[in-house]
Parts: sequence; structure tokens; C-alpha cells
Amino acid sequence: MPFVTPATLDKTYDVIVVGSGAAGGQSAYTLSMEGAKVLMLEAGRKYIPETETPMFRTPEQGPLRGASTPDKRFGFYDATVDGGWEVPGEPYVQTTHEAAGRFDWWRARMLGGRTNHWGRISLRNGPYDFKARTRDGLGFDWPLSYGDLAPYYDKVELLVGIYGSNDGLENTPNSAPGCLLPPPKPIVSDLLIAQRARRVGVPVIAGHRAVLTRQLDFKTSPARLHPGNPTAQKIIATDMQRRAACIWATPCGRGCSIRANYQSTTVHLPPALASGNLDIVTDAMAHEITLGKHGLASGVSFIDKTTGKQCHAAARVVVLAASSCESVRILLNSKTARFPNGVANSSGKVGRYLMDTVGSSLEGQIPLLENLPPLNEDGASESHVYAPWWLYREQLAGKLGFARGYHIEFGGGRRMPDLGTLAGIEWLTGGSYGKKFKDDARRYYGTFVSFDGRGEMIANKDSYCEIDPQVQDKFGIPVLRFHWKWSEHETRQAAHMQQTFKEIIEAMGGRVKGEVQSDGAKAIRAGGSIIHEVGGAIMGKKAATSVTNHWGQTWDVKNVFLADGAVFPSNADKNPTLTIMALAWRAADHILDLLRRKDL
Amino acid sequence: MDRRTTIKWMLAASASMPLLGRRVTAVAPSSALPQTQGYGTDPDLTKIYNPGDLWPLLLTPAQRRTAAVLCDLIIPADSVSPSASSVGVVDFLAEWVSAPYPRQQTDRPIILDGLAWIDAEGTRRFGKDFAALNDTQQHSICDDIAFEQTVQPAFAQAARFFARYRDLTAGGYYSSPAGRKDLQYIGNVALESFEGPPLELLQKLGLSPDQMQRG
Repeated sequence: MPFVTPATLDKTYDVIVVGSGAAGGQSAYTLSMEGAKVLMLEAGRKYIPETETPMFRTPEQGPLRGASTPDKRFGFYDATVDGGWEVPGEPYVQTTHEAAGRFDWWRARMLGGRTNHWGRISLRNGPYDFKARTRDGLGFDWPLSYGDLAPYYDKVELLVGIYGSNDGLENTPNSAPGCLLPPPKPIVSDLLIAQRARRVGVPVIAGHRAVLTRQLDFKTSPARLHPGNPTAQKIIATDMQRRAACIWATPCGRGCSIRANYQSTTVHLPPALASGNLDIVTDAMAHEITLGKHGLASGVSFIDKTTGKQCHAAARVVVLAASSCESVRILLNSKTARFPNGVANSSGKVGRYLMDTVGSSLEGQIPLLENLPPLNEDGASESHVYAPWWLYREQLAGKLGFARGYHIEFGGGRRMPDLGTLAGIEWLTGGSYGKKFKDDARRYYGTFVSFDGRGEMIANKDSYCEIDPQVQDKFGIPVLRFHWKWSEHETRQAAHMQQTFKEIIEAMGGRVKGEVQSDGAKAIRAGGSIIHEVGGAIMGKKAATSVTNHWGQTWDVKNVFLADGAVFPSNADKNPTLTIMALAWRAADHILDLLRRKDL
Repeated sequence: MDRRTTIKWMLAASASMPLLGRRVTAVAPSSALPQTQGYGTDPDLTKIYNPGDLWPLLLTPAQRRTAAVLCDLIIPADSVSPSASSVGVVDFLAEWVSAPYPRQQTDRPIILDGLAWIDAEGTRRFGKDFAALNDTQQHSICDDIAFEQTVQPAFAQAARFFARYRDLTAGGYYSSPAGRKDLQYIGNVALESFEGPPLELLQKLGLSPDQMQRG
């Protein structure tokens, strides 16, 4: 029954899942594999990675050598379809044009959403990250602990395929035995960074990314994923064998036609469709949850973009997984007599406590890396290693001037040359041209290392979104208006990142490119830049101060769940996708329980 | 380049250099760009595109001639690899300055005015268009504008053009098959396994393959 149209929908479903990315994919996978009848609504078009991915394409085969343009913000070959910080016909409103008050919202209107192009860095939140307020009095605790989520992290890692190592470092949890795939070997610059960073106190360990460094364990994992369900075990065992291991070439951000990395479209949806329990409608722009008898949700209204017609689908349960802000938008646009401010918003907290990740970068040139022999350093495209946050003790003692941590992602290596590879190197060459420039290019190629800090932002009352009273998108749906403010915890952290990067570059015997920014307000990237949008409908212990309970179930309407990042009460430095998937799996298990008990 | 800009640049140049030629001309098509469409937010990524496939290439034969000579002054042929113009960099530059996107439309007047200026400068100093000058004459102009940090104030604008032109030339060249070969990039091929750097190399660099921290 896979891809259907609004005209061929079933009369009703067990569950409607709105969105098809990490949260929607995981929700639909868990629910349909365990027997629930699921309808997925995706606002973008159908997307087929097997045939659409530009594997092995080189820059000169694309327009402008693959450069970034407003049509393709991450470059021509990026997997994103109909997306970016601006989507034609689908505006949103900023309350200021000052960089410090901006939130730029990245969307991807395609099956699989942002999982087709993401960085695939997959870090677990640690025990502290769930109880941060208890530790330092700021922000919010989660209404669940690391122990509650750990079994679901294990399951997601087993299903999706995450490489990494268990290093036993503080607040950087180990996975259960057999969960992680072996990490790829470090490249030369990784090893040099590891050696020199340690001299300035920064630990460097194997990265964790959703890339198959070998085939998944299709013999033992299925029983761990779906105990007591031989049908599901058989489906996933078959599908695991259809995913190839990494071939160590062609950037992950383009997507992967051999299914060697995680995309919802290559990992979650194929087995979910094979279960026979999942219907998908693409080009379905969901905008409202409808309520029926007893104050329960009856289904979802959407616009069929192929005809422009208003449609409705019915189900016993609605799971919003449309991305944090889009899920918030749907709740706020679902107004009824009982919920004049939007469904599930009796607390007034829908849209509140929006967060992104703190980002700051620095680049350096490393003479030790000059004149290396030719090496193929494509590897798994990025992040063979990273540095987890290391200053927990100093921070808790109040020595840093900011409350939460960051990790460091490293770039380097003899990557496929592109437009930018040898641009702006006058600071090294003194403006050479001619044969001297060609020699300089050979000398400096592959000698650059980059440092990207990714840090925790603490939820604050000034960072939120709401419905703009005037502006509508091309479908006539009211749009979001964003408010944004960093606190000093974030800006000081960004300044600290700059200082750390400088120290590492210098410990490597290198030279910093450009300026080391000591003013954190200038060092920090604008809100939304890192594309880790979370919060907006946070989970908590009380209905008065949060939108959902620890299952992602809204306090007000018990058959409406949020499965995406909207429920995050805090945004640890760990990239959110793995946690989104673990939470979605846990929520889906609870929904299955309730459905079996006829409690919904 | 419009006449006003030409005169502004020429005046600035003549403030520090004696005017060698009397002929002050700059004839180039308008640097304004006709409205064309980009490739949109959902282009076919698997197709192979050539410059000119998506929008017309708006360089005159005279501009192309100057562009080619300047490209090859920046990246000439040597014993290792061919010159920039011989591997399609001029076509890439034409594609770039003709593209309907903001970054490229910002570059268009910088590049076209710069090409006109360098021809005019050739005429001013040596009585000929840049392309018609001999090697020494061409270098004498380029040497004056090659490095923004130390450039004489009179050539500041020309140096900004040269820096941008060098970046685009290098970008076009090293993103081509010849450029990849020159830099000895050997990736973008499927491998059975990823072995990491050879041990001898690591030893030479004082590194160990097991450099990672263990808890």
C-alpha cells in the first residue's frame, strides 16, 4: 500500500505521522513494524536517493563548479530539494534584521527532510544533559533521565548504524556492547590534532557518525530491535542486507545511493513500507489538527499541493514530527473553542524556549602538513575524530564564566578541490601569480585545518516563535514570526571556543587564518545557522509549565504526540538527531502500548 | 566599464605613474545583466552541465581574449600541468559573470571593469591592449596589482579586481580534472577499505596511528 494519494487514503488509520525526517521516519518505522496502521504526511515531494544522488560527480560537471547559490545554499550537489533558509512562497517573519536577534529557519521540502543532507554526527546526550538545572540552576531539567533513554539510544544505533568508540569519558556515555560500528581510521591532520590538542588539555576521540563502516549485523540485531516479533525481524534482517557498507568516497551531504549512511529515506522508510502498514502521501502540507469527540484529535487537515485542494485524514493518534518549528506552527494554527490559542497550548508554552546550537569557527594553516605525498583522505567524508567537552570540573566551579559545554568538530585533509580550496591564500603567498602560484598551490593544498565549536544554548524566555498576525504563505497558512536572544552564557562560550582553537592551531605549529574573535557577540553565528532547531513545545513534569509529558504526549490532548526536537527542554552540545530518534522510538513504544490497551 | 569608472581609475593611476599613452578608451558592453533564471531549488543533480547550458555566456570576444591572457599569467603551463585557459577556465569565468545570482552579479562589474582597466592600462603604459603586450610588459602591470596588502593606493581598486580574478581562476582551474591531477588529489574513487595514512609517513611526522585518547 506504500505511496497513496488523498483520493486513495484509508477511511481511518491508527496513527498519522506528520513529517518524514528523523522523527517522522523513526515514528513510522517503530509503529508500522509493530503492526499499527500508519499514514505519513510529507509536505515535500517524493525523493528517491537510489536514482537521484549525484554520486562521484565532480565540480566541473555542475553549474558554477557546484558553488553555493540562493537556490542551493550548501552547494549544487547538496541533497536538499526545495529547501534552505528561505523557501519560495513559504516566508517567515523576523522581528529584527540585527544578526544578534535573528533566527534563520532551514527547511527541506522533500521526503526524508533534512536527514538527506545532514552531517550525520550522532552523539548521545549524557546523564548531566538531562538534569542540567539540577546541576547549575539554569534552564530546565528533562522529565526523564539518561537511564530511561539509554535502551533507545542502543536500539537506534543498532538500526541506523553509527560508528564510534566507547571511551568512558565524563558525560559522554558508552553504548551497550555491539551497538557501535568500528570508527574509520583517522587521517593525518586528525592524528596531529589529537597529539597537539592533548598538550593544551583537549581530549580527542573517535567521532560518532551515522555511516556504515561495515555491514550491519543482520543476524543478531533484528532480535534485539524487535523482540518477540519474527515478522519485523525478518523484514529488517532483509533490509539490513540491502544496505552496502561505505565505499569511502563521495560526500555524505549529497545523500547516498547505496544506503551506506543514515537518511530516513534509505533506512527508516524502506522496511516500514515493506511491513505493509505504512501509507505515505507526499506534497501534503499539513496545517491543522482537528478535534472530535471527547476533546480528542480526530485527524489532520492538509493541502494537497498537486491540486491545491483542502483534504483531511483521520486517525486515532496524531504524531507531529514536522520539525520543531513546523510542529509548533501546526499546533498554533489549530484553533478551537476550547483552544483559542492553539491545540495543546493551555500552558501558553507552545512556541516558547526555541533553541539552536552555539557555533563558532576558526581555520589555520599547518606547515607540518606541507609537501605530504598523495593520500586519499576522503574517508567517511568528515569527522573521523572529535573532541567532547572536557572542562566539566572547571565549569561547575564557576571558573569559565559560562555554564554549559561545547564539543569541537575538525576539518582537514586532502579533500576534492573546489572553488574555495585555493582562494584567498595571499596571506600565505604574498600575492603570487604565475609559476610561483602553482608551486604555492601545491604546497598549501591539504594543509588547512578547521575547527567548528558546537555548544549548548540554554533555553530563555526571549527566544520563541508565534504566529504572525498578517503574513500567510502561498497556501494561505499563517506563518511564524521569530524572536531571538543569546545570553552571555552563549556569547562567552563562543569567545572561549575561539581561544581554544587558536591554542590548538598554535600547538600544531600553525598560523591562524584571519582574526581570533575575543568578542563573543561577534564570534557567535546567528540563530538557526547551525540548523539544530529544538524546543518550542518542551516536555516537563507539570501541565502548567510544559506542553508534553516525558512521552511527548501533550498534556491537553492525550492522543496528540510530539516526536521531534520541539520537546527538548535543553539543547546539549550533542547534535540533536540521535536523541530525536531515541525519543521518537520511546514515544512510539508508548503509543503502541496505549493502542493495545485500547486507551486511545 | 562605464566611462566615469574608467576615468576615475585612470586618474588614480596617473597620480602615481607618468601617462605613457594618450589614448584613453574603454569600450565594453554594459556590465548590467539581463534577467535570466537560475536552476531553481530542485535541479537534476545527476545531469552533466556545461557553461552556457543554463544561461547565455555574456562575454565579448575581446573580453574573452583579455580574460584568457590574464588567466594564463596567473596559471601558466609548466612541466606538470597545462595552463588555465587550455582547460576551460575562461568558459567558467564567462559562466560565472553571466549567472543570475547575487554573488555572481556582484562579481560581474568587478571582473568586466577590471578587464577593461587592464586593457586601458596596457594602452596607457605601452600603447597596446593587454593581450598584445609582451610578457615583461604584462608582468609589469600585474606586479603592481598582485598583492592588496602592499599595493600603492592608486592601484587599490585594480588590486581588488586582481585578487578576485585570481581566486576565480584558481577555483576554476583546481576544480577541473587537470587541476585535481596537478594537486595530486587521488580520491573520489570507491575503495574496499579505508586504511588511513601509511605508518612510515606517520613515523616521519612523529605521530602514532593510535593517537586517540582513551578513558
